[in-house]
Amino acid sequence: MPSLGATFGRGAATTAQWDLANADCVTIMGSNMAENHPIAFRFVLEAKARGATVIHADPRFTRTSALADIYAPVRPGSDIAFLGGVINYILERDLWFREYVLNYTNIASIIQPDFQDTEDLDGLFSGWDESKQGYKADSWQYRAETLPSSLENHGILSGESYSEKVGVMISKPVPKDPSLQDPYCVYQIMRRHYARYTPEMVERVTGCPKETFLKVCEALTKNSGREKTGAWCYAVGWTHHTTGVQTIRGAAIIQALLGNIGRPGGGILALRGHSSIQGSTDVPTLYNLLPGYLPQPHARKGFRDLDSYVREESANFGWWHNMSKYIVSLLRAWYGPDTTRGTAGGYGYDWIPKIVGDQSQLPMMLAIQDKLIRGLLVMGQNPVIGGHNTHAIRMSLPNLEWMVVRETFENELASYWYKSPEVHRGELDPHQIQTEIFLLPGSLPGEKEGTFTNTQRLLQWHDKVVEGPADCRSDLWFMYHLGKRLKELYKDSTDPRDAPIQHLTWDYPTAGPNQEPSAEAVLKEINGYTLADGKPVSGYVDLKDDGSTACGVWIYSGVYPEEGKNLARGRTPDPPGKVGSHQGWGYAWPHNRRIMYNRASADPDGKPWSEAKKYLWWDAEHSRWTGYDSPDFELGKAPDYEPDWSKDPQGMEALDGKSPFIMMGDGKSWLFVPAGLKDGPLPTHYEPVESPVANPMYGQQDNPAAKKWPRPENPYHLVSDPRYPYVITTYRLTEHHSGGIPTRMVPSTAELQPEGFAEIPPELAGELGIKTLDWVVLSTARGEIETKALVTERLRPFDVDGKRVYQVGLPWHFGWQGYATGDIANVLTSIVGDPNTTIHEGKAFTGNLRKGRLNGMRP
Amino acid sequence: MGLREFLADWSIPRQLAGQDASREAAESAASRLTRPRLEEADRVGTSICPYCAVGCAQLVYAKGDQVIHIEGDPRSPINQGTLCPKGAATFGWLTSPQRLTTVKYRAPYSDHWEDRPLDWAMDRIAHLMKRTRDETFVERLPDGMVVNHTLGMAELGGATLDDEENYLIKKLCNAGLGMVWIENQARI
Amino acid sequence: MSAVNYAETELQDARSRVHLEGHPVHPLPVPERALQYRESILAGIIPHEAELTAGVTITPGQSYGFFTDTSLCIGCKACEVACKEWNNLPADEIGLTGQSYDNTGRLSALTWRHVEFIEQPGRATSMPAFQSHWLMMSDVCKHCANAGCLEACPTGALFRTEFDTVVVQQDVCNGCGYCVPSCPFGVIETNKLDGKAHKCTLCYDRLKGGLEPACAKSCPTNSIQFGPLDDLTRRAEQRVKDLHALGVDNAYLYGTRGGPGATGGIGRLNAFFLLLDRPEAYNLPAAPTLPSTRVRSGLLAGLATMAGLTLAAVAAFAAGRRDR
Repeated sequence: MPSLGATFGRGAATTAQWDLANADCVTIMGSNMAENHPIAFRFVLEAKARGATVIHADPRFTRTSALADIYAPVRPGSDIAFLGGVINYILERDLWFREYVLNYTNIASIIQPDFQDTEDLDGLFSGWDESKQGYKADSWQYRAETLPSSLENHGILSGESYSEKVGVMISKPVPKDPSLQDPYCVYQIMRRHYARYTPEMVERVTGCPKETFLKVCEALTKNSGREKTGAWCYAVGWTHHTTGVQTIRGAAIIQALLGNIGRPGGGILALRGHSSIQGSTDVPTLYNLLPGYLPQPHARKGFRDLDSYVREESANFGWWHNMSKYIVSLLRAWYGPDTTRGTAGGYGYDWIPKIVGDQSQLPMMLAIQDKLIRGLLVMGQNPVIGGHNTHAIRMSLPNLEWMVVRETFENELASYWYKSPEVHRGELDPHQIQTEIFLLPGSLPGEKEGTFTNTQRLLQWHDKVVEGPADCRSDLWFMYHLGKRLKELYKDSTDPRDAPIQHLTWDYPTAGPNQEPSAEAVLKEINGYTLADGKPVSGYVDLKDDGSTACGVWIYSGVYPEEGKNLARGRTPDPPGKVGSHQGWGYAWPHNRRIMYNRASADPDGKPWSEAKKYLWWDAEHSRWTGYDSPDFELGKAPDYEPDWSKDPQGMEALDGKSPFIMMGDGKSWLFVPAGLKDGPLPTHYEPVESPVANPMYGQQDNPAAKKWPRPENPYHLVSDPRYPYVITTYRLTEHHSGGIPTRMVPSTAELQPEGFAEIPPELAGELGIKTLDWVVLSTARGEIETKALVTERLRPFDVDGKRVYQVGLPWHFGWQGYATGDIANVLTSIVGDPNTTIHEGKAFTGNLRKGRLNGMRP
Repeated sequence: MGLREFLADWSIPRQLAGQDASREAAESAASRLTRPRLEEADRVGTSICPYCAVGCAQLVYAKGDQVIHIEGDPRSPINQGTLCPKGAATFGWLTSPQRLTTVKYRAPYSDHWEDRPLDWAMDRIAHLMKRTRDETFVERLPDGMVVNHTLGMAELGGATLDDEENYLIKKLCNAGLGMVWIENQARI
Repeated sequence: MSAVNYAETELQDARSRVHLEGHPVHPLPVPERALQYRESILAGIIPHEAELTAGVTITPGQSYGFFTDTSLCIGCKACEVACKEWNNLPADEIGLTGQSYDNTGRLSALTWRHVEFIEQPGRATSMPAFQSHWLMMSDVCKHCANAGCLEACPTGALFRTEFDTVVVQQDVCNGCGYCVPSCPFGVIETNKLDGKAHKCTLCYDRLKGGLEPACAKSCPTNSIQFGPLDDLTRRAEQRVKDLHALGVDNAYLYGTRGGPGATGGIGRLNAFFLLLDRPEAYNLPAAPTLPSTRVRSGLLAGLATMAGLTLAAVAAFAAGRRDR
């Protein structure tokens, strides 16, 4: 989540789910929370019972809308216009929380004089390079900063690592104008940028009635300030756009302006969809990150060794100054005690493979098609359902020489070669498919132990209670025993290229009939230990860059602070009568903080903003921060601390006592992002890559930096293409889980939503003669599917800039396996991505709809 | 069944003894003996729901080597014993008769699965990964930049797995073998 | 590293906020007794678990039931799944019905909880507090105080338990089916597989072990509440008052003594509901009647009462609509 990282410093939910109950207003946008996170929604209803206003802004009226106080209909893909309208309302009516914003954000910071806004350039910011289809962001920098931007240096990297997000290049105090009069201070730039996001414009672009929009603005602004706080919740309804990162930035700006970050009942809760999706980002099975958001070294950045990597990727100011300790400790954990500062670029730095471009999932599928990738290992994922343009994916899978699928059921990926529609249609023939395929049974929580990191950064251990059936094994078992075999195969090699696998530390104790490796031993390595005695470190403050400590994931350091003490296994909630940060239940990174940036819950002098919203405060008598949570601040740094610039302060010394955002180079929340994002310093409304309308706001139609892969099998629709007149939006249902395998295979859930369907507004259904349960065909230039119609007023037409826009809703869980089946929605989507994250645009694309069925074989 | 039990169970004598015909007197042997099967558990472990990222705690009840039920953990400050429809079906997932329990292997150009021993599959997979790595490994780019990577194989998935599992995937595939195509559901 | 310094401030300090008296959502602090179970692996079931999940110590001899508050229902169907998983009930008539998100259709021998979905016309953006424009209600056996099924059962298979619930005893039922037409709500049904009558047991086995019924325990939003009937009724009445105070004038109780749903000699429903529309909108009879009542001499009087109550409910509902 680079948007939250770019604004606050860490790319993760800022608050805990239970804290929503303390909110005076909860806004749910880009999320159908009641359906997809019903248990988190408990806390929204609790807040509501205590008098909070609940707002749901969404293209569809869902089960969440039914429980909201205000439902704001918003055309798919127009969220930034809506959020920009809210920002305009707050700024123009002077409703921002002045004392909070002046002290805790970069509103007064001054930007380069050659900065030009979308107002000046009809939808582009200064620095656009048409030939490179990317921005050169020098002009977005703080005044007096002359270092080149990370983007210039880093080519096509996506900005997900800390260093790229948090302004490594800040090297001196940022020039500011506290009077906010300088035309290039962030405040003035924002006022100009959002001037055209008027309530009338919001209605014109989003289709949301002006009165409803204004009611939302009133509720938001009334419920913020010293005495009140509001929270925002979002999910993939925001990320699945080519403007996803900037959409989330919109909410982040609003929350910073209203003073809602770091405070109880405030925050931004990213609601994520898989049991450890936060964990798999922190402990990344991602191409561009090393554990704990250290950047994966990139060949184009030209770092020759560990020292140059550290020099370029660490920060002068703020917590990230400590980065060298984390990378060195990681190399020590991976390559063991036998390496030295002089080994292979420094503790084996050279052995870490370098990335050369965007190696995320969307291009991965194209690389299979191009036969660059020959072997594929898939663990608990079903890309034939959840990938994009999945007909093209299925047609390229036969290019693989081998494929390993680890699953609990035979899913669509594992069975595509003999059961897919392409086989039925004769487009694929098993006898022509070379791939050697292995389908290995996996075990589930209850049959294996380990930790999940949930949506609020909480590590929770799950116990092993029984052995999995027959050949079912944990993925820990699979990786460990595969690693053992590979190490054995390479052990006699003298080729230097095999040094990394030979040096890789791989000694985990095993137990039981199946020689299960110890998950706790792995957790201990994740936590970190001292090489000399093997004892766990107490937390990341113990880590060193002199080679004496090893640590697998520095942000998790502290979860296993002593031998035998596993805090993720803590099962002690707070008793009744406590405020409820539940420090004894699981372990939250970083440092068991449940609400991040909680220094901001106190005023600049360190006093609570109000009794009602008391959370953390400065205890002058004991010279320390105290409160209901683990302080996200240096414990003894007084509110009146000022850096002594004459002494060239480094790291945390350079941040004053009023800087709650310690990961940022200037300690402030960034309303305006001078570095780290690829598509601009401020959110700007662009149409989805496929849209039925021209951008009503700017000449620039769509996100100029969006990642596109125009190929014959991945065509895009032009704006207002009459062949594809409707907006299609895909989503999940409460009854099914993601790719659907776990719920479509189990009768008690399969029967609840037993078949695929498309939701259609009655006006459109009337025009096309479609009735509920009729068969309909949906088509795009990528492919066609058939499904059944569900005609409902819950979907509405939108009037956009004088043109009627119809949306069609399509759940994407279905496939051919299990008791609940249906055509695969993602046949229709394209491979196109947000410039920062390469997340696809399944929430808003165009297509056609007709009554009837597909010809030929039933797919 | 002995005469005593028969009489005790038969409702007429109990009604004659003054019990309510629709209440105690009507109670059958099965009703008298029924107990929740959770009481048969000899081991109850704490688990975390395997579906979404809310992180609801569950209690897994086992009798011997069998899971007999799974429900919400009342102690959790997140779910306090509750579960959503997916979480409530966790028992159905673990104990589904459709679950894969053996290794399936599909040979090149074959039209059917074969059962194979797990050990054999592990050896074969290790062999294939080594072969692909060795065929595709790049130590330096033409400009001399050290990359030490292979673009020839990919790993996909991790968001449904444990942190420890993700750690070993990244460690082995990336730091050990030099794979850079490593991705999970975080981008979808 | 520093230990967290907890300030010993009471919860109220941080939450000095509006607190509706009868607010029915889970109390957020985990109950005190949960702190007695700090181990990750437990030796067995937590005794009297319902104390932790529902605040109820289940005692034989007391009357228990469900209060289903539709104003809190999010239509997630966790109740349906929890019920089927606990009671080992198979899937039933799989297929898309086209009736909003309801693919369950009805209560049956194999489906003991059923969530109704009622899409109301109109496209509002501003809603009354709590559920609106898409009504959802989790239906269940009513465990009537005077139960038609129980009266009709010739074998004593249907009986009233020590928890004042109505249960079919499978070891006694001979599948005669007399109970089926006797239920004013169309709940009980015989199963083609074993020929016997089946319906919700209000988790009789769980109650004996101090456990909250599976559906109520699972319910994410506490739309389904389990407890002693008198407590539940008090809570429900307060909830109606709270909703009226919030302007939701159409909220009323269905199945409490003297109210709609509890007509025709039924007395009261141990599983009763808070509804936001006419009973018929939820496929509930406006004035259910016990079969035996129909032939009693007091028929006319009964009908008059029932008609009056129904009119009262309809009038209250209509008034609520107008006021919106």
